[in-house]
Amino acid sequence: MLEIKNLHAEVEGNKILRGINLTINPGEIHAIMGPNGSGKSTLSYVLAGKEDYEITEGEILFNGENVLEMEIDERAAAGLFLAMQYPIEIPGVANMTFLKTALNAQRVARGEGELKTPDFMKKVKELSAKLNVTQEMLRRPLNVGFSGGEKKRNEILQMALLEPKLCILDETDSGLDIDALRIVSEGVNALKSPERSMLVITHYQRLLNYIVPDVVHVMYKGQIVKTGDKSLALELEEKGYAEFTGEVAA
Amino acid sequence: MAAVKETVDQVKQIDVDQYKYGFVTDIESEKAPLGLNEDVIRFISAKKHEPEWMLEWRLDAYRRWLTMEEPTWAKLDYPKPKFNEIYYYSAPKVAEGPKSLDEVDPELLKTYAKLGIPLQEQEILAGVTEENRQYSKVAVDAVFDSVSVATTFKEELKKAGVIFCSISEAIREHPELVKKYLASVVPVSDNFYATLNSAVFTDGSFVYVPEGVRCPMELSTYFRINEQNTGQFERTLIIADKGSYVSYLEGCTAPQRDENQLHAAVVELIALEDAEIKYSTVQNWYPGDSEGKGGIYNFVTKRGDCREKNAKISWTQVETGSAITWKYPSCILRGDNSTGEFYSIAISNGYQQIDSGTKMIHLGKNTSSRIISKGISAGRSNNTYRGLVSAHKKAANARNFTQCDSLLIGDQCGAHTVPYVESKSASAIFEHEATTSKISDDQMFYCQARGIGEEEAVALIVNGFVKDVIQQLPMEFAVEAQKLINISLEGSVG
Ligand SMILES: Nc1ncnc2c1ncn2[C@@H]1O[C@H](COP(=O)(O)OP(=O)(O)OP(=O)(O)O)[C@@H](O)[C@H]1O
Ligand SMILES: [Mg+2]
Repeated sequence: MLEIKNLHAEVEGNKILRGINLTINPGEIHAIMGPNGSGKSTLSYVLAGKEDYEITEGEILFNGENVLEMEIDERAAAGLFLAMQYPIEIPGVANMTFLKTALNAQRVARGEGELKTPDFMKKVKELSAKLNVTQEMLRRPLNVGFSGGEKKRNEILQMALLEPKLCILDETDSGLDIDALRIVSEGVNALKSPERSMLVITHYQRLLNYIVPDVVHVMYKGQIVKTGDKSLALELEEKGYAEFTGEVAA
Repeated sequence: MAAVKETVDQVKQIDVDQYKYGFVTDIESEKAPLGLNEDVIRFISAKKHEPEWMLEWRLDAYRRWLTMEEPTWAKLDYPKPKFNEIYYYSAPKVAEGPKSLDEVDPELLKTYAKLGIPLQEQEILAGVTEENRQYSKVAVDAVFDSVSVATTFKEELKKAGVIFCSISEAIREHPELVKKYLASVVPVSDNFYATLNSAVFTDGSFVYVPEGVRCPMELSTYFRINEQNTGQFERTLIIADKGSYVSYLEGCTAPQRDENQLHAAVVELIALEDAEIKYSTVQNWYPGDSEGKGGIYNFVTKRGDCREKNAKISWTQVETGSAITWKYPSCILRGDNSTGEFYSIAISNGYQQIDSGTKMIHLGKNTSSRIISKGISAGRSNNTYRGLVSAHKKAANARNFTQCDSLLIGDQCGAHTVPYVESKSASAIFEHEATTSKISDDQMFYCQARGIGEEEAVALIVNGFVKDVIQQLPMEFAVEAQKLINISLEGSVG
């Protein structure tokens, strides 16, 4: 599904990713943990195609295709989705309009043709009910005035609607209350399938109780410094990152 | 390269190709001699078979105009038009004044068909989507250079008592109404361009809606400048008698030409007691090419008079064309409890310059006004909102709300807001809100990361920005306006 080979990326001359190697097979759930500033969000942005980063070395293959040569929207249409750590506000554009525009743009790009409005409405209604996204939130301008948790739920709604092949979740759990965490996790788990992979970035092992990973990676200073199974997350919860940073956890 | 940076680069390439109305109709025309003098005015008046009083009125305006100077206070930079190198009258040879549709030159019918303006009396398709497929009738007055070539649905309107014809015809057929109302809102010597217009106006529309009548269909005028070196000076006069209602739409296009062409119109609206006039404009004159060469100079005086109590006038404009726009559709709120509204979307791209806004003059008691202005600047354009809200000392409880938003695309364009407020009434409450924003790289990234292409993303964000105003347009034209907005920003994205 996803193959990252020796990926180096920098911003304004600062080296941030320093040789990432990561392979995710179809149906697998991988988690990435790591101290603040280690490059987790950067990796997710580079995958999605954000233009602030310069790729100095390495390659990314998504279902065999060279991702680095694809436009941002082409990556999305190919099935790559990033639930962002900080979702963006767009005044005046109704959430619902945005969802419809995005879904149809992807469908058209894939040659599937636009979804009829009644079918679209039905789908959105179903999914939003599950994720506890209210009708009012669908009518409001995209993310404008949404609380932190509402924004995150809205990201997962987009994800559920767009049915991507690879779901990248960047700290989707931060800002969620206890109930929302459960609702969002259920939403994510409902998307689990043998054809769909996930890359879950988080600081908290708690999320991984809900979304159980097959593989856990530790990222530090732009590299993956350790890889293990789900028990690695528990270990980190207990010991912190001292092993990697050389500092003793407070 | 960041998305917005790329956007800016694309704006630079804005090209004449995108102006899809830039074609020229090959048709034989009859012109007045080049330049302006009393004989040219006599020529125009004679061509229009005008009564003597009208000729005198024009000559009087011309003499006043000779003593006036072109205003320079607007934030506009352009070489002054050479008034003696313009043709003040040009008409397709075959059509002298409006005739029945069968007699209209097929070349003209083709031109309007190409512009998407139906001159056949048929029901036009309004909405585009399957779900809101809806048919409605729109009566059209088509003005080609200096003459009205056709007015549709006249008979049906006549049954309702509505007069909808060219102003030339109104001067001949309804002199009492014209004499009573012409220049009663925009006096002959109001300003340089209005005075020039009074001297040389060639055609335009006339509407009279009698007492208690709700006009049974939308009325619209479609202006087309075709001839080279020809100015268009149209004059529109709309009167809504007591308790009546009319909705009117104006559209305009011109061929792409290297030289600048002058358009100086005067529009006067009069709403009597309990009457309402809704005036919508979709202005799409040729804006000039990528180097800022050519394009229409648009100097327009539009003013409405809520002359009696409970009258309402609302202006809605979508301005995407013209090299230079100088335009301030205004409302005089004379009648007690009268209401004035101004909703505007002004888009400038390339080297376009817009100085536009409104005046809300509160004279009567309990008058209220509302201004929503959305300016979008891209390319190297300059976009200024200039507005005046004033209250006379008798205007007790006058209310105004102004919302003035600017959106910038790129960093080579300018947006300016110049609001003037003058209140002599202690009980007046005027509110003003203004914002300036940019389409950010983050917004672009977010849209694209959801699969929305660059161009569609800009359109989506811009449409969100102008939504409040689009909602004010008659349904029939909202879709069209939206498309036009997307087209005029087409150069601004990959
Ligand atoms: N545009 C930028 N300009 C300069 N530095 C940047 C930029 N983007 C990221 N960085 C730096 O790169 C490093 C990695 O940032 P990133 O956001 O990827 O970390 P993270 O692992 O997601 O951290 P957190 O856990 O706090 O979300 C940080 O030191 C950050 O300051
Ligand atoms: Mg992060």
